[in-house]
Amino acid sequence: MTDFNNEKILIKLVKAGISKDNKWLVRDVSFEIHRGKILTLIGPNGSGKTTTAKIVLGIHKNIEGEVTSFAKNIGYVPQKINIDWTLPIRVKDFMILTQELTDEDIDQALKLTEVTHLKNRNLRSLSGGEFQRVLLARAIGKKPDLLILDEPVQGVDFAGEVALYEVIKKISDRLQCGILLISHDLHVVMSATDYVVCLNGHICCSGTPNDVAKNKNYQELFGEQASKILSVYEHRHDHAHSSDGVLLKKKL
Amino acid sequence: MIDDFFIRALIAGVGIALVTGPLGCFVIWRRLSFFGDTLSHAALLGVTFSISFDINISLSVFIVSSIVALILIRLQKNTNLAGDALLGLLAHSSLAIGLVVLGFLSFIRFDIMGLLFGDILSVTLSDLLIIWIGGAVIILILSLIWKPLFASTVNYEIAEAEGLSPEKYNILFTILMAAIIAISIKMVGLLLITGMMIIPAAAARNLSNSPKQMVIISIIFGLLSVLIGLYASLEINTPSGPSIITTSLLFFILSLFRLKK
Repeated sequence: MTDFNNEKILIKLVKAGISKDNKWLVRDVSFEIHRGKILTLIGPNGSGKTTTAKIVLGIHKNIEGEVTSFAKNIGYVPQKINIDWTLPIRVKDFMILTQELTDEDIDQALKLTEVTHLKNRNLRSLSGGEFQRVLLARAIGKKPDLLILDEPVQGVDFAGEVALYEVIKKISDRLQCGILLISHDLHVVMSATDYVVCLNGHICCSGTPNDVAKNKNYQELFGEQASKILSVYEHRHDHAHSSDGVLLKKKL
Repeated sequence: MIDDFFIRALIAGVGIALVTGPLGCFVIWRRLSFFGDTLSHAALLGVTFSISFDINISLSVFIVSSIVALILIRLQKNTNLAGDALLGLLAHSSLAIGLVVLGFLSFIRFDIMGLLFGDILSVTLSDLLIIWIGGAVIILILSLIWKPLFASTVNYEIAEAEGLSPEKYNILFTILMAAIIAISIKMVGLLLITGMMIIPAAAARNLSNSPKQMVIISIIFGLLSVLIGLYASLEINTPSGPSIITTSLLFFILSLFRLKK
């Protein structure tokens, strides 16, 4: 955590963890999110990424360890969202779902994610990429300190994915907010991120994208392909976990 | 004028339609149709309590339906039984208990058909007061919680993440459902009250582009269904509840034509 220690800290986790029915969902997670920086959580499915995001959001009670939050205003893009057909809702209705926004705020947010033209469209008529941009626009509507994006490129094709990460980068620069990005694809982590935390029930490794790419644990976790920027994700376990996530001895 | 049973029925029906319109939209959006059905089945138990202990029907129904609603929410969290099975379990067991208790009350002459399908003749002046005051309270609460309730309806995670405590509004809304069942049971009947909520709202969905528009159209369809249904009920001597519901179904069928365009 020494790379940007002069920046303003928005949230700090020290050995944070949470257990359910005597099993650890995630444990010993320590990181800081700084204003204007993007921190990415990567890891396989079930590695506790969303749980960690919910710890940051303050949704979970009974948290072990310390969570200190200085963020006053948090924007959130959830992992999965389904708009039922029965619900007639336009983009501009969706923008003010949880917040009061002026027309100007709405237009600014839509402009930043490059979807101004969709303002009057029905949410269900949007494509995957358009929908994700609208989700982003809603989350930044009230200009949050901290933005939490849980797999924000879901249902988006490759070209759209690259464009979407450019938008996220632009949001980070423009609004100077901290961003916690959750992802399971590797190439993105390398391009648009200031700091990477590699999670697998606990922190396997963390650091700048370059440090992590060179890290042995990371290479073992993600396999040889980790060195290639555009790699297909593959989880190779270098160690075994007991059912509560406690590390067992190495298999090798 | 207000002594005329038909005028009383009209005033009652208009009051109910004004409340079922917006509530029905939420029932559809939140997929609570069968939840509403369960609460109205439980209402029969409330009616038997009201006869046994000689308390007001609406009050008794409201209390019993609210309790069943809270039990349901609790069970949905704590059992592995699927939601629909749980709803059926509670709906039919509370209906059965209600009918069994009713069997013990054989010394009282009781119009079970009126209870199931509604009876315009039975609407008294005090019923009107209950409908309009109760309805006003329901609408007031609904308008106060509209924003967080709507947000948690669209997406639970976003509402939770941005500090709106969706669980609380979930519970509040089910209590509002118990309340509308309580005030409309005499008029529409316990088997049909869910229909009164969802059919105008479903018809409105086919014609609307925004949530508020859907609520307004739903209210209009509800009002028209009450007016036409009650008039038909008077003219051709059909039961009031079914006549209202049949009329709203006609509106739904008409709304499908617009949808196809």
